[in-house]
Amino acid sequence: MIDLALIPDGGLSWLDASGPVSNIVLSTRVRLARNLTTFPFAVRGREEDRRRVLEQVDRVWQRSPLSKGGMRFLVDDLEPADRLLLHERHLISKELASATGHGGGRSHAAVYLAGPLGLMVNEEDHLRLQVFHSGFALGTAYADLERLDRELGAALPVAFHQEFGYLTACPTNAGTGLRASVLIHLPGLVLTKEIAKVLQGLSQVGLTFRGLYGEGSEVVGNFFQLSNQTTLGKSEEELLDHLGKIVRQVVTYEEQARQVLLRDAPTIIEDKVWRAYALLRYARSLSFEEAMNLLSGVRLGVGLNLIPRLSVYTLNKLLIYTQPAHLAALDVRAPKDQEQRAARAAYVRQVLEDEAARAG
Amino acid sequence: MLCDNCSEREAQIHLTQIVNNSVTTLHLCEQCAAEKGVETGASVAKFPLGDFLASLGKTGGGEQAEVAPGVACPFCGGTLKDFRETGRLGCAMCYTTFEPHLRDLLRRLHGSSRHAGEQYAATPGAPVPESPAETGSREVGDLREKLRRAVEAENFELAAELRDRLKVLE
Repeated sequence: MIDLALIPDGGLSWLDASGPVSNIVLSTRVRLARNLTTFPFAVRGREEDRRRVLEQVDRVWQRSPLSKGGMRFLVDDLEPADRLLLHERHLISKELASATGHGGGRSHAAVYLAGPLGLMVNEEDHLRLQVFHSGFALGTAYADLERLDRELGAALPVAFHQEFGYLTACPTNAGTGLRASVLIHLPGLVLTKEIAKVLQGLSQVGLTFRGLYGEGSEVVGNFFQLSNQTTLGKSEEELLDHLGKIVRQVVTYEEQARQVLLRDAPTIIEDKVWRAYALLRYARSLSFEEAMNLLSGVRLGVGLNLIPRLSVYTLNKLLIYTQPAHLAALDVRAPKDQEQRAARAAYVRQVLEDEAARAG
Repeated sequence: MLCDNCSEREAQIHLTQIVNNSVTTLHLCEQCAAEKGVETGASVAKFPLGDFLASLGKTGGGEQAEVAPGVACPFCGGTLKDFRETGRLGCAMCYTTFEPHLRDLLRRLHGSSRHAGEQYAATPGAPVPESPAETGSREVGDLREKLRRAVEAENFELAAELRDRLKVLE
């Protein structure tokens, strides 16, 4: 049994809302996909292949100064609940979280965590490097990731093709293997009904959007993940620069939409955000979706300075800790549905009460 | 809405571009868009992988060498059929084994098949070799890049010219 409480910062240092524009852009994630030439990719790899891939990566990781203070988990050794917990923190993919292990699923899959850096081994690709930063920080996030990439590249036989670049199991990731995404909160554009136009525009400039949990997930609480759609034909710098430009533009639209709301419907907006706060503060039962939507309202209120003395950090924390696996971890009885809603409401009440008491 | 260019036909293609930090949207009918060398976006943007994979066998790689059916990758044993079924390649060598197909697919997925990003200073593994068809495809790649830039800059005359040159080469 592995104690996830030992992970420094819980692997959630990005929650602290210290990064640029962190009121609107919660976090920046960049990932790189890499494979080794010497073994088949995951779908065709045998257990022995995966074991040897992991062995090679282990050696490099242990020597690396970047791994200092970090941790390594074998996905097989994690309880299903802990895998879900790591998934809710965006530290492992859904694929690894739901793998059954021991012959049936993905044996020898591992995850390494060190500060903002993460490395998944034996996922769809042999290596999935990722970095999380608070706020809108594409440049610094990528700089961190590049250090890890160079170390791995200098020591491992990474598959590279002169024309196609880095080779990946799925051709949609080939070339740079880079997917950069920002988790962005856009209630202003949703309320002013401008969001469809913005999202439509994104696909025309080679970007895509997803929900809170990435591929295939639904949009809840007005949180969107914006990321690059293509990975080949442009340099890493160009891809990041392009995404950065568009995100800056979306942030500006969002700010404008919020100003329009404040100007044209100040009472309605004020009422909306305080109602959201009141429900979170006093409700006795909250579904995940309801909690997300109310948190979105309160976050808007904090962003517009309508709700004083409530930090963005607290809101970020609530976003993560009110998810099902996190609630289950709080309560050993692993509450189901109705109990879970009550547990969620109790947790949110406690956090908001503490915050209000601290603010005096 | 009528086409911005001919003001006759219904606009079908809405080209949103960001130039110098301002968004401009051009509404064009299919005919005018084609005349101006605008790719409909579907070729670069969202496009289900399944459709690509299904069309792989039908379109092939144009004049390039076809991969004979049933050819298996010498390293992992994977075939194009496996790839079509799973959407995943079996190993790095699959990219060389099925190169013409993949080049075509990568172009349609990404708008280009030519890597323009980083490369490790010295890759310890043997690099996957290039095919003899490389030189021709590099010219095509350059032209495509120029075409992309021309469209971005709304230089549609140049774009149309580049598109015609590409057609001849391809």
